[in-house]
Amino acid sequence: MNPITRRKLLTTGLAATAGAAGLITAARLARKYGLIPPDHSVLYGTGETLTYACQRVLTADRPLHDFPRSMISKQPFMNEIGKLPDAFKASQAVNFSDWRLTVDGLVDHPLSLSVADLRGLAMRSQITEVACEEGWSYVAEWIGTPLSLVLREAGLKPEVRYLAYFSIQPSWWESIDISEALNPGTLVTWAMNDGDLPVGFGGPLRLRVPRQLGYKSIKFLTRITATDSMKHFGKGLGSPSPEDGYAWYAGI
Amino acid sequence: MPTATQVERTTIIRHSLLVRITHWLIFLAFVALLVTGIEILISHPRFYWGEVGNVNTHPIFTFHIPSSRDTVPTGYGYVLPDQNGWSRYLHFQAAWLLVLCGLVYLGYLIFTGHLSKHLFPTREQRSLRAYTSRVAQYIRRTKPADDELHTYNVLQRSAYLVVIFVLFPLILWTGLAMSPAVTTAFPLVSSLLGGRQSARTLHLFVTIALVLFLFVHVIMVAVSGFRARIRAMITGKAQLSETELTAKELP
Repeated sequence: MNPITRRKLLTTGLAATAGAAGLITAARLARKYGLIPPDHSVLYGTGETLTYACQRVLTADRPLHDFPRSMISKQPFMNEIGKLPDAFKASQAVNFSDWRLTVDGLVDHPLSLSVADLRGLAMRSQITEVACEEGWSYVAEWIGTPLSLVLREAGLKPEVRYLAYFSIQPSWWESIDISEALNPGTLVTWAMNDGDLPVGFGGPLRLRVPRQLGYKSIKFLTRITATDSMKHFGKGLGSPSPEDGYAWYAGI
Repeated sequence: MPTATQVERTTIIRHSLLVRITHWLIFLAFVALLVTGIEILISHPRFYWGEVGNVNTHPIFTFHIPSSRDTVPTGYGYVLPDQNGWSRYLHFQAAWLLVLCGLVYLGYLIFTGHLSKHLFPTREQRSLRAYTSRVAQYIRRTKPADDELHTYNVLQRSAYLVVIFVLFPLILWTGLAMSPAVTTAFPLVSSLLGGRQSARTLHLFVTIALVLFLFVHVIMVAVSGFRARIRAMITGKAQLSETELTAKELP
């Protein structure tokens, strides 16, 4: 066995101190630049935090990749949906003419928009892939109003860090960070493949978050809330997904 | 001090501390990745080629096993419990452990000269004959040459090089090619592999190759003395009696 020399002790000590200092600085910087996800404290939160921080730094300002029209799936897979509430059926009976999207929270002008209001606001079409955490995927053309333009209408307060968004399905909601919300690819979708957005794909309104897995793209969207912290939503983990054991950040 | 001399003469250092730590951490990460990877696979045991694939498209092959989701037609009348949540969380946490340990190990390989000294085949080994004769030696089960106590033979070197520089980079690449954040920002990551579903299928194939390596690796360890080899990878030391080396042959 080699004896522990003074030199070895010194180098190890220095390396350990440098490492600890590096970690503390990294944590401080990560907090400052919003690289800590709301579910960082769960059992596997370390991996989640590393993935979120790295992907944020590397992909935040990248433009969204569109697929060529020829790659649109002939038969997109319609995932199963839960039993729809009566409020949905009532709105469906009038062809969703009374459907409202509320935008509230830390905004200068809270909004209540009909599908027609959204259509009048702006239109963007993109051909992107829905990838499910199960492994399957399909490509479709999604048409809607960029969330960033809706948020510009509402006027976000400077302290906003997250957007929580809710479905008409009870207890179905999610949240994304401000960078994801302002990405031009994040779309309040009201049409698909040159037709209205079918109910099976989330019609009349679905928030498409193409840079994350399918479960972040909430169907039957009714409300968007701007907030500076996810602490007071649900159990404070960002969405019900981490409460069910799924990562809040679904970029991977 | 006779005892000290004796200890020095009868043990050799086989693996450095850094190699031992990264070896076992990578092993731990690999097991976690394998188990959670199988759990994730069970939620959709169909494999496709190209960009897209779902139950409306033709798979290139299917595992005929029950699934953890009822969106997949399996022919079984029941659905397994859904384990995807924690499996995905742990899969990526273990992937980070693997990547970080891999980088430390890679740095060690390069900066200590271990790579050129013990992993790249030596000049004499760079011939087909070197491979065939070592294979023949394995088949005939002749005792390894003495130099194999201190370094690896050409087959070991080649296997380790393929694992370190081909299979591990490929498993990471095919994994990242399934990340929607990565592929929307850097589409080449997935399109160079033929698309998201091709990447998923290749991820499975590379996993199978890595499991085959693990299988052969453990068999070889067992054949050459399981307890002694495991002890060497934990304590770093190999005993003279175990290595059957006489005193005069020690460096």
